[in-house]
Amino acid sequence: MNPYQEHNDHLNRRQFLNTTGMGLGAAALGSLLSQVEAAGGKHIAGPHNEPKAKRVIFLFMAGAPSQLDLFDYKPDLAARFKEPLPPSVTQGQRVTAMTKGKEQLVAPSKYKFSRHGENGIWLSELLPHTGSVIDDICLIKSTNTDAINHDPGKTLFCTGTEIPGKASMGAWLSYGLGRLNENLPDFVVLNSAFWTGGTSNVQALYSRLWGSGFLPSKHQGVAFQPAGDPVLFLSNPDGVTRKVRHQMLDFVTEMNQEHLGAIGDPEIQTTIAQQEMAFRMQMSVPELTDLSDEPQSVLDLYGPEVHKSGSFARNCLLARRMAERDVRCIQLFHRGWDHHVKLPQQLEGQCYDVDQACAGLLKDLKQRGLLEDTLVVFGGEFGRTTYCQGTLTHDDYGRDHHPRCFSTWMAGAGVKGGITHGETDDYCYNVVKDGVHVRDFNATILNQLGLDHNKLTFPFLGLDQKLTGVNPARVVKEILA
Amino acid sequence: MNSFSLPLILLLSLSLGRAVAADGQLRFNEDVRPLLSKKCIACHGPDADKGRKGDLRLDIPDGDQGAYRVLDGVQAIKPGDLANSEVWQRIIADDPDDIMPPPEKKSHIKPLTSEEKDVLKRWIEQGAEYEDFWAFVPPRQHELPEVSLSDWSGDPIDRFALAKMEEKGLSPSERADRRSLIRRVSLDLTGLPPTLDEVDAFLHDESADAYEKLVDRLLGQASYGEHMAKYWLDLVRFADTNGAHHDHFRDLTPYRDWVIRSFNENLSYDEFVKYQVAGDLYENPTTDQLIASGFNRLHIIIDVGTALPEESFTKNVIDRVSAVGTAFMGLTLQCAVCHDHKYDPISQKDFFSMYAFFNNFDGEPETGRRGTPDFKKGLQPPYILVGTPEQKARLAELELSISASSGEVRSSLEAERQALQNSMRGAMVMKEREDPRPSHVLIRGAYDNPGEIVPRDTPSFLPPLKKDDHVDRMDLAEWLVDPVNPLSARVAVNRFWQQFFGVGIVKTSEDFGAQGEWPSHPELLDHLALEFVESGWDIKSLVRSIVLSETYQQRSEAPREAFVSDPENRMLARGSRFRLDSEVIRDQVLAVSGLLNPAMYGHSVKFPQPEGLWKIVTMPSSFPRNFEPAKEDEVYRRSVYSFWKRGLPPPQMTIFDAPNRDACIARRERTNTPLQALVMMNETEYFAAAKHLARGVMEKENMAEDLKVSLLYETMTSRPPSDTEKERLLSALAKFRALYQDDPGSAAAMFPNTPAAGESAAWTMLVHSLMNLDTFKNRE
Repeated sequence: MNPYQEHNDHLNRRQFLNTTGMGLGAAALGSLLSQVEAAGGKHIAGPHNEPKAKRVIFLFMAGAPSQLDLFDYKPDLAARFKEPLPPSVTQGQRVTAMTKGKEQLVAPSKYKFSRHGENGIWLSELLPHTGSVIDDICLIKSTNTDAINHDPGKTLFCTGTEIPGKASMGAWLSYGLGRLNENLPDFVVLNSAFWTGGTSNVQALYSRLWGSGFLPSKHQGVAFQPAGDPVLFLSNPDGVTRKVRHQMLDFVTEMNQEHLGAIGDPEIQTTIAQQEMAFRMQMSVPELTDLSDEPQSVLDLYGPEVHKSGSFARNCLLARRMAERDVRCIQLFHRGWDHHVKLPQQLEGQCYDVDQACAGLLKDLKQRGLLEDTLVVFGGEFGRTTYCQGTLTHDDYGRDHHPRCFSTWMAGAGVKGGITHGETDDYCYNVVKDGVHVRDFNATILNQLGLDHNKLTFPFLGLDQKLTGVNPARVVKEILA
Repeated sequence: MNSFSLPLILLLSLSLGRAVAADGQLRFNEDVRPLLSKKCIACHGPDADKGRKGDLRLDIPDGDQGAYRVLDGVQAIKPGDLANSEVWQRIIADDPDDIMPPPEKKSHIKPLTSEEKDVLKRWIEQGAEYEDFWAFVPPRQHELPEVSLSDWSGDPIDRFALAKMEEKGLSPSERADRRSLIRRVSLDLTGLPPTLDEVDAFLHDESADAYEKLVDRLLGQASYGEHMAKYWLDLVRFADTNGAHHDHFRDLTPYRDWVIRSFNENLSYDEFVKYQVAGDLYENPTTDQLIASGFNRLHIIIDVGTALPEESFTKNVIDRVSAVGTAFMGLTLQCAVCHDHKYDPISQKDFFSMYAFFNNFDGEPETGRRGTPDFKKGLQPPYILVGTPEQKARLAELELSISASSGEVRSSLEAERQALQNSMRGAMVMKEREDPRPSHVLIRGAYDNPGEIVPRDTPSFLPPLKKDDHVDRMDLAEWLVDPVNPLSARVAVNRFWQQFFGVGIVKTSEDFGAQGEWPSHPELLDHLALEFVESGWDIKSLVRSIVLSETYQQRSEAPREAFVSDPENRMLARGSRFRLDSEVIRDQVLAVSGLLNPAMYGHSVKFPQPEGLWKIVTMPSSFPRNFEPAKEDEVYRRSVYSFWKRGLPPPQMTIFDAPNRDACIARRERTNTPLQALVMMNETEYFAAAKHLARGVMEKENMAEDLKVSLLYETMTSRPPSDTEKERLLSALAKFRALYQDDPGSAAAMFPNTPAAGESAAWTMLVHSLMNLDTFKNRE
């Protein structure tokens, strides 16, 4: 542990409250919390360098989209239809239990690719809208990871190791950078409530993917709900009006102040401030999720699904509204990407869900000047195999998990647009140039937010824990402007 | 500021117990080791593999690589001689190639501060003496320290605590008043507040041992075991789903029930440990011993179909060993899976020697296929059937009848037996294979990269096993609770202590290694550990001695400056004040409102939660997929019976810092957040409880309003309101009344089709307000 640091932080907070908190009535408490944060009254570890991004939007494609059918164009594979994958390519690599002992036959993508943007970047016909914003995107074709199964893969990407119990990226950002706004959580998670293209391979999620692990739980992500209260327990019970709530909090604050005088513990002051913040969230969250002030032209950017609560498109629009209101980290999960068999029919639905919405998000951020300091990233936990699972015809095939290479992208906040980074071999099986491990990917995100992944540490279980774990990671400087 | 204000630097040392001894002599374990561990040991420590640089270890003085060694005429540390100590010369070097630790860019280790340099300088000057690491040498008896306030208490706990206070210029606080005391000790021992009658009885008990009798009564309540179990279940990551991939149902509740029963029956801690580690290896094990061995089945386990079974197998065993490390040894054994431990003398070989005790499980490494009867019951062999007493009695009857019958009667009886067995819970247990699997050191921790074979053994830096050959888990279990083991008793008493003071004597209760925190009261910790073993590992007796101490009974009110200088009360100069755990908060709401259902044991219960939460995280084929809340009285069961889905545990619990139960957690954080405020304000069941209580008090006949208000306040806080408070309560009630008189629609929304809805709503808001008081969610 680092008792000095921890103690100091605690001390500062308490001293701050001690000298400024006394004698405040409920009305004056409105800005207390932000003052607390501003006074260094919490664990703020960063920033370590000049931040390019104030916030990040992570579009997480749970289940692992096929890079071969979307981003990584391999025209020569058509000629190798159904050929066994050469051992020189597979190199005895570990495969899943589903593939073990089976033939590995090449399944070329059935989709047409075309060039987009100033640099003529190849993209699949399933991503026309992404094509329209490709000049803002850096496409990374050489992303790779250690994990070969979903749960460890997602846990590794989101928390830095395959072993559950560590802090998630958003929690690290909250811990490292402190609050950016007064009325909303630092870290919000938006999960799609439905998917197009079948639900047979929908992924399970775990709250640990946005959990705080060993960090204090105030840093954990707050999962917004698609139905009912967007934030759990936000609405007053039936019969409790805002007026009644106000009266109740005034009374409670009065009593708490009196108790503070008697017992002396400044933590009581924190309770008062947090109740006040909860009261403000009861206003700010419905205001955030109310889309009635969005003009048709903006809604159109995100596509027709934006009208459905719980859609990925709606969540993208909410993400923009959160970015405007300075939520530090916004993570979306869309989880129907695990296409072991009958990939085409499922993939098309998934792309329908996300393609226009992602592009719309980038356009919308850009037209508001927000893309300059908002980093948007897109990716799943790994990629998919060149070899087929299930039926193999020219039009029907499936793909297994593939950790050795997959495609992700980043946009905004100092990332070069209109470029690709990294290359894979002819089979889209191994990285041949400029590999980017998910640790490097995460280190780069931290870097854009002004944090050094080696310095953003928290002592737990005898180790200075890091988002990038114990193995080395590097910032992918080549893609930064 | 007043006379309590102290210079910052003094405040720091007060709270940390790190003040340098009066004679200026540095103590290696306290002053030097933590610093070396933080800044030097990762490269110059126990890791013999890639980690060690320059063939130099700074964690030990002697040997070829020890700190005193001379290499090419250069001595790393020459006691008393800075000029000829290469280590010191490198610390003060200017050249970035020479300076130690290497610049941050190269090493990621923060540079030594000037204070740290000064400590090292003085330590070398004073002779650079090393000490064995405190936690790895057995606890020893310390003389009771001399204190000036000698009439405060003769109790050893108090003497040690007082000596520390006096060393820091502090003095103890007064004893808490009886109301505070009964509320505190009831919450601490049973997780429930006292009833008004209990408060009354205690107030009027004029006997000298009134408090002692109270403590004994509480220790005898069934709710004691339920409360104690909660902490244990965090520690062993008990949950109701498998925690990976589909996150299917997995029923381990007989284990949970056994833990509760064991605390209530006061099973000695050594047996408690042995049953869990090796209950299956007793000769003719009892049902309880078998159930307890389910400890080895509590890890996250993936369902069959996607992962590689060999890899899953390895992960499970590593998880089992890590749990033993955290729960019983206070060590981070798992840091030595891929390489030697960077800070503690645990080699990778040590890890896999421990692994060898746990890799011989006779069962599948992944959960079974869907659709089988076992799957639906959340079971996976090996398991035993456990039933309620009624079920067991009926089963015995059936067995008898079956043996005495034939033909159709027999078949129908057999069918009944089958149905009965299907309805009984199963307890998953540990079981050994006939032929032990060899244990290999896994190179870099990779499941498919086996290295040398290692025998079953305990870590080499700890006392050896008493047996040489044919050792099994039972030998390990016995070793764990052998009094010569320096860790077990200390780790256990520290965790119990933490329950009653909010923080352990060793704050890092999960890590007693070099990176853990130095104990605030090392002698007291030794004393408690020795007494514990001496008492026959008697948990109730330990708990009793802690809560009977004057230290525990101090009042928690203190000048603000005391909270500022020692926010966590490490110096024990007052009673601790901290927020109640999530379960206690919920149980208390139910208890004060009279709704609590005290039924014990059985299947886990899904307490109502906001709709749709599971839908967002489960897969269509997850079992169960849909959250179906409990009904009727089941809703009011205690939180310890809460169904714990690892993928998404009950939000009422996790928002108040309950862990996911993915990994072993020895202590919870205590945060204070707006989301917590929202739970208290709007959680449906909590609000319903407020309505229930409000109606009950409102409808009391022949009771004046101010008495009703006082009764409510006392029900919820265990003390009557002061005059000012009572006025505030009455005035708040009047204001709520006025609001609802002006807005009868809202009153009707809260109490549809109810006479006097406005009055009910006003009283409800009063009760609800009290449930939102800071004092209600704190133990003071």
